Amino acid sequence: MVRVVLWGSLNKLAADRAYYEVEAKNIIELLRSLGNEYPKLKPTFDRGVAVAIEGTLYQDNWFQPIPPDSEVYVLPRLAGG
Amino acid sequence: MSQIHVTTTINGDTTEYLCNPEDTLLDVLRDTLRMTGTKEGCGTGDCGACSVTVDGRLVCSCLMLGAEAEGKSVETIEGMADGEELHPLQTKFLEHAALQCGICTPGFLVAAKSLLERNPDPTEEETRYWLAGNLCRCTGYDKIIRAVLDTAAEMRQEKSNAA
Amino acid sequence: MPLDSDQDTKPRTSFKYVGTRPIRPDGLEKVTGKAKFGADTFATGMLHGLILRSPHAHARIKSIDTSKAAALPGVKAVVTADDFKIEQEPGEMANVRANIMARGKVLYDGHAVAAVAAVSKSVARAALKLIKVDYEVLPHVTDVDEAMADDAPLLHEGMITEGVEPAPTKPSNIATRYEFGHGDVDAGFAKADVIVEREFKTAATHQGYIEPHACLANLSSDGSGDIWVCTQGHFMIRDSVCSLLGIDFSKVRVQSSEIGGGFGGKTTVFIEPVAAALSIKSGHPVKIVMSREEVFRATGPTASSSSRIKIGATKDGRIVAADGLFKYQGGAFPGSPVEFGAMAAFACYDLENVRAVGYDVVTNRPKQAAYRAPGAPMACYAVDNVIQELADKLGMDGIDFRLKNAADAGTKSSYGPVYPAIGLKTTLEAAKKHPHYSAPIGANQGRGVACGFWFNFGGQTSVSLNISPDGTVNLTTGTPDIGGSRSSYCLMAAEELGIPYEHVRASIVDTGVIGYNDVTDGSRVTFAGGLATINAARNAIKEMCSRAAQMWGIDVEAVKWEDGYAKPSGANAGDHEPLSLAQIAADAPNTGGPIAGHVECNADGAGVSFATHICDVEVDRETGRTSIKRYTVLQDAGKAVHPSYVEGQYQGGAVQGIGWALNEEYIYNDKGLLDNAGFLDYRIPVASDLPMIDTQILEIPNPGHPYGVRGVGETSIVPPLAAVSIAVSKAVGVQLSELPISPPKLLKALS
Repeated sequence: MVRVVLWGSLNKLAADRAYYEVEAKNIIELLRSLGNEYPKLKPTFDRGVAVAIEGTLYQDNWFQPIPPDSEVYVLPRLAGG
Repeated sequence: MSQIHVTTTINGDTTEYLCNPEDTLLDVLRDTLRMTGTKEGCGTGDCGACSVTVDGRLVCSCLMLGAEAEGKSVETIEGMADGEELHPLQTKFLEHAALQCGICTPGFLVAAKSLLERNPDPTEEETRYWLAGNLCRCTGYDKIIRAVLDTAAEMRQEKSNAA
Repeated sequence: MPLDSDQDTKPRTSFKYVGTRPIRPDGLEKVTGKAKFGADTFATGMLHGLILRSPHAHARIKSIDTSKAAALPGVKAVVTADDFKIEQEPGEMANVRANIMARGKVLYDGHAVAAVAAVSKSVARAALKLIKVDYEVLPHVTDVDEAMADDAPLLHEGMITEGVEPAPTKPSNIATRYEFGHGDVDAGFAKADVIVEREFKTAATHQGYIEPHACLANLSSDGSGDIWVCTQGHFMIRDSVCSLLGIDFSKVRVQSSEIGGGFGGKTTVFIEPVAAALSIKSGHPVKIVMSREEVFRATGPTASSSSRIKIGATKDGRIVAADGLFKYQGGAFPGSPVEFGAMAAFACYDLENVRAVGYDVVTNRPKQAAYRAPGAPMACYAVDNVIQELADKLGMDGIDFRLKNAADAGTKSSYGPVYPAIGLKTTLEAAKKHPHYSAPIGANQGRGVACGFWFNFGGQTSVSLNISPDGTVNLTTGTPDIGGSRSSYCLMAAEELGIPYEHVRASIVDTGVIGYNDVTDGSRVTFAGGLATINAARNAIKEMCSRAAQMWGIDVEAVKWEDGYAKPSGANAGDHEPLSLAQIAADAPNTGGPIAGHVECNADGAGVSFATHICDVEVDRETGRTSIKRYTVLQDAGKAVHPSYVEGQYQGGAVQGIGWALNEEYIYNDKGLLDNAGFLDYRIPVASDLPMIDTQILEIPNPGHPYGVRGVGETSIVPPLAAVSIAVSKAVGVQLSELPISPPKLLKALS
């Protein structure tokens, strides 16, 4: 089981919960699972998001493994200058 | 309107070209003579990237017409090194990491050379004010000023060694 | 996928080459004027492209008649929005399509409307004059707060604010609402002994790179060919141009020139698709070089902002709640970096209750582009001013108050994840000890301290390392060098291979030669490119050990690589003379062929970089002029691969921030037209404005990189806005809340 926290405004498009418990072995499974349960999240996920696992930020890493019982944050896709 | 025939000297070489009346010296250097070392940053004399010397005077080549170079002596960045021997300013800029993207570097080198020819022992303030007409967006000017002051010191030392 | 990590995963701490200051490999060409930038190339039969731009801030295009322009002798092609036929899915590329050439409406002063390619610049200028555009001028709005009002002129008829549930029924100029944070700010404020609440405004600024955008496109009628362009991402240029014109990616090769500054402003397309379209239509190469005025009017400045910050603390100096509202306008299309501003605003602090709300708003201004730590400077400016005001009200020293509330390893960040090892406290403690902090201050002078932060990320990176028969090495990369990364790559390759730095050369090759590379941005290149270089070197080393093993007739496991030599790994492996890299390279044809290492990856493990800045100013109360008397940057680099270039980033970012704080702003008149589209009136810092910028590099290794490297290029622009503003506020005894603190604005605040 993975505990997922969505950023505030994105959270409101799901169920506005402090966190969600999801069965997922990697990032793409996590996003698919959440997207299926809360379809309003899908457009944002399709545009791309960043995912923080144990403090490390990942972008575009579908198969990045998520250790069981870890806490994961979904954040806007980062850009720099 | 027909083009103007100009005969001038660039970096010691006699050079002839044809230019339109409205062409700036910068246009001629870059587009006609393909000497792209001199850069255009603004076209209005505000950034100094197009700095050259004309008869020993530091000017923005974007503020001068190509036709005005007739009979004059123009020095650009391409004439600063002597064959494979760099000018001390060029060497010091490299040693001090006084350039990052390098677009402003030719302008700064020409301007700094002009400063040291007039004033071999400038203070930091004099150096900063002389170079205030050259914009740099990458370095914050710190390493550029250090490179110029270090070059001045080295050139003074060599002169007194030679004497 | 995570990179191969069968090596020891803790960062290395002792180095032979990394951390030294050799001359950069591209330096000689830059000091002699030989280096070729965007506008420094020519092609036989080349045409000059020129773009016609809107003279109105907001107008409907009723018709465009290009017939007289097309008929002018010397004009070989004319394009308008009709020439960009490929429909794009709603989203960023659709917005780019409408930005590079206006569709139906012009949305800002300078918006491209049509373009010509002609045999000379003067014919091109004459042709533009012959294009007839019939405009219906519409009301415009350029201020962010005004654009959010109910009666504001609407830029996009269908724009419904995203991120609001339930969605609004009426369209507006608000593209998106963002929210971050955790805890309960109301409960937190109830516990506060002191609360400070203040509003702030910042103006739009431009990255101010000295080199205007320039490109040369040479494409044939089937779309194939090449493009030369100054850019931070030539793969991005290729993908965008091809997507907009319906060309297979493999048909177009893009070569990045040397770049005369980017800072984020060259991470997108403006003129390149237009040059490409003109080239295809005319059958000739087409060169387009922007004028400085075009750069200001029609490239991508950063957002202007309007924000409100409220922070509460107990009397013993612990922050109990922080709440921020950030409104950014990003020009005529959605995409201001307000979400990054909201995420970064409170990132330096350990907060139990925090909330940051951001609104992305559109206005009749050019479409914004990234500018060094996009979104963070204006947000941290507002927050750090309030932090200082709180510290003052509590009678605490500014650094002590920040230290008491500083984020550290294990802190839950204001944007969500828990921090691993970070360097903020180290920079604060170093600042406190620094002689600058205890130096005396004179009359009309003031001192400001501020903290800053920026994310790093990795991204797609490909590197090839090829070993020549003489044992020297070529590194082939695809990340344009905007800060000295070539020398850093060479240092890291030299370190891994154990050969002199001078034996390694790095070049940035075109999109047809190397694997994909994301744009050079986000402080990612020394981190991600470095990681790829190190792993490419390690792959090459594996191959060389295998060759040595064969030559010695032993197992490859019995061979180790040390100081540039393959050696038997122990006495059991046998008594074999070590083989140098040069020797193995010389024999390569006979032992299996060319030796190389290749890495294509999506680099992960980027760390974050924190900084503290100290700034002393002196104010002339008669003229309103502020001079910087002393400036110190203390920033965590993880591991400084080439210290001179790390210092260069610290100094350059700090000075851009100083300009942002004191002088730079976009000034629009009441017609919505830009009044100061040149370097005379858009006043960036010059050498005589500044003292030396002192720097201190701290190194708290990033566990995600083999050498501990953190990206440093952006963080240094984040603290200066607050550091300068706080210093001036202290110098004049008035709390200032608007940037830039230009002489007229300061005199008004003092009156």
